[in-house]
Parts: sequence; C-alpha cells; structure tokens
Amino acid sequence: MRHCFLRSLSVRCHSKIATTVCALACLATAAVGQVSSAPTRGDVVIKNAIVMTATHGNIKNGSIYIKDGKIAAVGENVNAPAGAAVIDAGGKYVTPGIVDSHSHIALDDDVNEATSPITPQMMMKDAFDYQDKAIYRALAGGVTTSLLLHGSANMIGGQAIVIKHKYGLSRDEMLFPNAPRSIKFASGENPKRVYGGRDQLPSTRMGNFAVQREALVQAQDYMREWDAYNEKVKRGDKDASAPKHDLKLEALADVLRGKLMVQIHCYRADEFLTEIAMAKEFGYKIRAFHHALEAYKVPEELAAENIGIATFADWWGYKQEAWDAIPWNAVLAMRKGVRVAIKSDSEDYTRRLNQEAAKTIRYGGATEEEALKMITLNAAWIVGVDDRVGSIDVGKDADLVIWNGYPLSTYGVPEKVLIDGEVYFDRSLPGLGMTHYQEGQ
Amino acid sequence: MKSQFSVLGSQFSGRVSGVRSQVSGKGRFLASLGMTIVLGVCTLAAAQDKPVVLKGGKLLTVTHGVIENGVVVMQGGKITAVGAAGSVSVPGDSQVVDVTGMTVYPGLIDSETNLGLTEISAEAMTNDLVEMSDEIMPHMHTSEAFHAESTLIPVARMNGITNAIVAPASGDTLPGQDSFIQLAGASATEMLLIRDNAMPLNFTGDERRNKGGFDKRKFPSTRMGLASQLRQSFLDAQDYKSKWTDFDRKKADATRDKKPEPLAPKRDLKLEALLPYLEGKKTIVLAANSPSDLETAVNLANEFKLKFVLNHVSHSQPVLDYVASLKVPVIVGPIYEAPKDDERYDTVYSLPAQLYKRGVKIVLASYSAHSVRNLPDQAGYATAFGLPYDEALKAITINPAEVWGVADRLGSLDAGKTANVVVANGDPLDVKTDVKRVFIQGREVPMTSRQVWLRDQYSK
Repeated sequence: MRHCFLRSLSVRCHSKIATTVCALACLATAAVGQVSSAPTRGDVVIKNAIVMTATHGNIKNGSIYIKDGKIAAVGENVNAPAGAAVIDAGGKYVTPGIVDSHSHIALDDDVNEATSPITPQMMMKDAFDYQDKAIYRALAGGVTTSLLLHGSANMIGGQAIVIKHKYGLSRDEMLFPNAPRSIKFASGENPKRVYGGRDQLPSTRMGNFAVQREALVQAQDYMREWDAYNEKVKRGDKDASAPKHDLKLEALADVLRGKLMVQIHCYRADEFLTEIAMAKEFGYKIRAFHHALEAYKVPEELAAENIGIATFADWWGYKQEAWDAIPWNAVLAMRKGVRVAIKSDSEDYTRRLNQEAAKTIRYGGATEEEALKMITLNAAWIVGVDDRVGSIDVGKDADLVIWNGYPLSTYGVPEKVLIDGEVYFDRSLPGLGMTHYQEGQ
Repeated sequence: MKSQFSVLGSQFSGRVSGVRSQVSGKGRFLASLGMTIVLGVCTLAAAQDKPVVLKGGKLLTVTHGVIENGVVVMQGGKITAVGAAGSVSVPGDSQVVDVTGMTVYPGLIDSETNLGLTEISAEAMTNDLVEMSDEIMPHMHTSEAFHAESTLIPVARMNGITNAIVAPASGDTLPGQDSFIQLAGASATEMLLIRDNAMPLNFTGDERRNKGGFDKRKFPSTRMGLASQLRQSFLDAQDYKSKWTDFDRKKADATRDKKPEPLAPKRDLKLEALLPYLEGKKTIVLAANSPSDLETAVNLANEFKLKFVLNHVSHSQPVLDYVASLKVPVIVGPIYEAPKDDERYDTVYSLPAQLYKRGVKIVLASYSAHSVRNLPDQAGYATAFGLPYDEALKAITINPAEVWGVADRLGSLDAGKTANVVVANGDPLDVKTDVKRVFIQGREVPMTSRQVWLRDQYSK
C-alpha cells in the first residue's frame, strides 16, 4: 500500500502511464483507509515509544507531538490535538534521524574533478543525482540528512550540499533548506597520488601544502583588488573599473571571509597540526577533520580549536596513512573534548551507521547517548545544522526513526523513517517500502 | 593469568620480520615497525601444559544447545569436558578461570579471508593477493605467500576468530588454492593447518579482461571466453592425467619385462594442480552472483564432475529454489553487497534467511583481511533479517567446520575437539560485545595487537 501526494504526483510521475499507475495506487489507498504510514502532513503524534533524545536521556513510555513537521512536544505526556495522525511505536525505540556527515552518494560518480588540485568552484549540487537509489537504501537504514562532499583528489575540492533523504521528491525539495555552505579540503596521500602519478605538483606533502597556500594567497590578492575597487566606488570614483570575477578565487575568498565551513580530509596527526597552522595563517576556521584516524594522538590540539572529527568506527590499514588507525580513536578523542561523529564515506556503511556508532560502546566504553550523538547531534554540528536536526528536542525538524529493536546493536532495524514529520520509509510496506515513490517512476 | 605468549616487542621472544622491512620502502612504515613489532605468530608451546577450566559462563555449545552456568575443561590442547556446573569433574591441577556473567563459545571460522596476503591495501609491495598475468593459476598456493607475522592476524584473533580460509583475491577464474589456518602458532608451519584444502573457481564476470575499450582487450574478454578457457583447462588436465596413467602402465610393464623405463611425460604444474579437483578429492569454491553466471558455472562444474560449494550468489534471488536443489552448502554474500537498483533495500541482507528456509546449509565469510574481526556482526545482521539465531552462529562455527572437513576438530564446544574457545561479555553476534579471552589449542592468546599498543601509548 503506497500513498501518492499531490506534490509527488506532480513532480515524479513523468509519463502518462506512470501518472495513471500513481493515481490508481492513490485510489486503492483511499479505499483501504488509513494505515500507520498514512500521510501525516507533518502533524502527528508518535506514542508508546522509548524516546532516545540524544540530549536529555531516554523517555520510557514517551510521546512526540509533531506539528507542521517540527517537534512541538516530547515527554511522557504531550498535549496534541485530537485530529493529529497517531503512530503507535509499540514500545519500540525512537531516535533522531541519522546524519551522515561524510557521504558521496547521489553524485553519479562525479565525485572528483581531479584535473587540478584547486577546484573550489565545483558545486556538488550540479552533480546531484536525486534519483540515486543509494539515497533510498540509506533512508531505509535510518539516515535522514547527508553531507555530500567533493572527493579528496584535490587539496581544495568543491562545495558540498546537504540533503534530506526525501526519496521520491524533486531535486530541490531534497536539499536541506538554508543549510550552511561547506567546502572540502584534502591532504595527504590522495592529492599526492593523483597529481604525483602524473608527474605534476603536488607529489609530496610539501607540495600539497604549497599548492594550498598559493591558492589562498591568490585569494587574498583577489580580495584586496575587490576591496580597493569597492573603496573607490564608495568614495564616488566614477572611473573605478571592476576587477574580473573569478569563480575559483571568489570561492576561496568566501573561505577567508568565513562564509564556507572548511571540511578537511586528513588522516595524520602531523597534518592536523599543519592544517591548523595554515588556517591560522590565513584566518579561517576548520569545522572538522574527516577520517581523522589519528585524532587520538593529538586530541587536545583539536579540542582547543573546537574542531570536530568525522571518523570511521574501525576501518584501518587500507592505505599507509590509515595504518595507525585504532577502533578506540573516537572515544579517546571524545574524552579529551573533541566533538566526534561517526560517518560512512560509503554507500554501504551509510545503511547501518547505528551499528558503527554502537562499536564505540565496545571500543572505549562510550555511553549509549554518546554513541547516539556520534551519528546524530555531533554529525549535525559538523554539517552545521545542529540547531535544526540531530536530537529529539522541541523546535527541531521531526526527522525520526522508529526501530524494531535496540538501535545501538546489530539487531535494530528501522521500521519507519520520518522526515519533517512525514513517513518516507515504512518497512511494513511491500515493494521498496517507500511512501513518496512509485516503482517504475 | 600470566600469558603464555609473547606478542609485543618488549616481551618479544620470537622473530623479527625482516621480510616486511624489505618489502616496504616506506620510511614511516619502518619507523612504526621500529616502535613496535607485533606478531601474528605466538610462541605457542607444543602442548598446553596445564588444564584450564572455565566455570560459571553461559555456554553456546552450537551442537547441543545453551548451558547456563556451565563448565569447559581444556587439557592437552583439547576440550576434555563440557557441561553444567556440578556435572563435570575438574582435574586437580587445573587453572580455574571464573567466567561468571560471560558467554563462552567455540572459536569462530571465517570462510574467506585474505589474511597473511596483505598488510596495507594501497601499498602494492605489501600485497600478495592474486596473480593477474593469467586467468588459470591453480598452481598458486596461498600457503606459500602466507605471512604468519601479519599485523592483521592478532587484530582478527582478538575478536574470537580462531580459524580461517585464506583465499587468493578473486581476479582470476582459477586464482589458486586456499589454505585453512589457525590464527595462532609458533610459525606459518603451525598456523597452516591444511594447505591447498580447496580452490576457488570464480565466474562473476569480473574475471574478464575487457577493461579499457576494444583495443585494450585481451582474451578472455567475455563470459564465453572465460567458460571456454576453463573447459579447455579441465580437458587438458584430463588428457594430462591419461598421459600419466598411460606412462605408469608402460612403466610397470617395462619393470615387469625388465625393459628400459619409458620416457616420463613432462610435468605441468598447472594441470597437475587441477587433478585432485577433477578427481573429486578436493572442494571447488564456485563463485557466482547472478542466476545466469551461477547456472553456467554449475553446468561447467557438473560437466567435469567437480565437487563444489557455492560462493556469493548475492544476486541469485530469482533462482533460490534452484540453488537449494543443488544440495550444496552456500557461502553467502557478503550480505552487505548492494542490491540492484530495482530491488528492495534488504534483498541481500535477507539472503541467508531465504536460503536457510529452503534447507540450504549457510556459511558466512568476511571476504576481507582488515575486517575479519567483524565476521560475527554479519551473522548478527543476518538474524535481523530473518535467519534464526542458532543458524547464524552455526554459519560461522560448525557449518564451515563441516564444509572444510574439520568438524571432528572444530566448530563447537564438544569434548574431543581442539580447545579453541572464546569468552565474551555478551552475545557474540552483537556489535557491542567485547571479547575478553581467546584460547587457541587450550592456550590463552594475549589480548593485544599493534592497535592495542598504539591505544595504550597515546592514552597514558
């Protein structure tokens, strides 16, 4: 049983045949009546749940009242209007939707513009393949928000997009509204290998950082030219001629202006320190180190700069700079004050990030809430949307997962996934289990 | 309990791997080696010198159910008794270990790994995974590349994986022969329990030499090419066998007639390696994913009367009844293989359950080297998608022991079997569970690895 909404009909049913199929499905649904995955239109009460809030513990026999797609109340008792749709969680666990703070899905393999080590003008939005089924498979694993990043071939890659996994909706409807902009930097082996392999600069870590510094110096020059011009205009100089617009330098200028959050692919402890020094040299902030497998070696230095890490639970040994990876990294860094997220960087692992987070309970003794935060609130902070998603708190987007078992284990599997208060995935449905998408669409 | 093994550099009493220093030209790698030398090899004494008794634990015997508050006695490297507290007599000189609150289960068996064939995936000189120069390489023996001192082995062992198949990577149709190993021992010789115990035959389409456009293609660039090449190889092996049978007969005649011995045929290592498989003495691990590849591969195997088990079958959902009708065990997955775009998200996750329902014996494998330690997670996840718990546990214990012909020695907590026993703080298939003790041949393995050493160095 699936449901067609007007907007999904209009944007997703492209052919006449598909429209007919969708319309028929809608009729069938109407005839059968309301089921648990019926459209909520963003007003819904989830009751009889163990609510894992990620910020203020678990609420047994908890309820969540969602109004207009936002969490309006959470607690043992909530005051909800009689007309709100009801989802009985059957005593099961509800968590915030999972946030994957490092993903490359839905980019149709256009992850790396590996033709120059400095490509900040690349916009991942231009490659966003919103029909990629990887978005659905992640959704079915409880992921509701992902940061889609440029790859790590370049020292400075492109600008990321933040998506909500509203599979079945249009491209623009899947973009996280007003999410802050992020840019991908990289360091270490990947740029070295890509360009060194072509006998180009950079082929060493010295080369890597020289290329990065040179680009940032050019951006400073560019900003000075524009500042001078704007100053002239301000003074009323009619003869002032505008400098050339340069997309690449404009993007880098936004880094220097603090308008782009800097997300750096970086493995080694020494490179964290060099990147931090470079950021200070040019006056920008680093939001997070990604992969960050050696964070446990210099956690105080990262904590002091308020730099988060988006790391793997236990990947290691796949390359030289991953040789010192240890599964205790996340918890050791967290205990020293680093904000830690567990991310996937993988079409595969993004489908079960709950298990990856649970590994931190085993490796280092993270508490349940600490582990949960690593795939929700902390990840949301790295993406810059922690004021909107990542926990079950009043005022936040109602991005929620109802699990069939304890989520921080091997066994917990999402039963329903809600985004902005609407069900997008329901495991009990036949076929793909989606509410906003028709097969063959 | 004092460890019987020396694993870290400071306690180190074994050997230093000069080999790895030579293969790696990386300064940093050498520096890290200089800091700590952690060996897969344990200085495992020839025999367990004192009986060890684990008492108070919850025993997952695999073959005869769960025993709460149970006792396991290990003596001379073997399990000598398993039972409920009070029902088992404990030898007087035993070292008794209280494992109350813990779960005790047999060492896990990973049915496809690259352990000992790789250290750092991206560093070519640390990899001995597969010869890609030809597709028919049955004379490659993983036992001859197996690096007993691999840093990866203690990492896997610490999570309770005590035995594994070491297979070549899957680039060729016939990439070489597997080894069945134990993840501790004084040397490669001790760790390689069975050499050449089985041989992969891969027919997934990935073995085609068709990359890079028509001008770059080499034979076999199609499945027709792969199949014809395999068929020719087995025919050649049959001919080779006849030639030698013929020679043996002529030689016997000559001896009888006191005539000069006839000239022996030239030995051909490739064809020689195929003979035990053609004769059905050893197992072919037949890998395919899609229904069409599966059927082609099975037909080929049947044409030559090969004894086989199936591997992967990750996208054979439409023909699971056919798979079941073959009445052979299936190494499934990995279940993390992505479904096809038109398939439901859990199509591959639920494959073990779907096969089990049809009466197929299920085996699971990590298909990994660095992530061998996560083998039990996969079994657990298969239960989340319908495989009964006991079957999931069997899929990494007794079922592989049966498939690899070692069920008399491994795969369950039963008296008479090798004392490969794991003690954990909970359900072995749950990702949160921490393994606390591992016994291999009755000797406690130190719960340490290069990763533990790094953790301890940086968390002082």
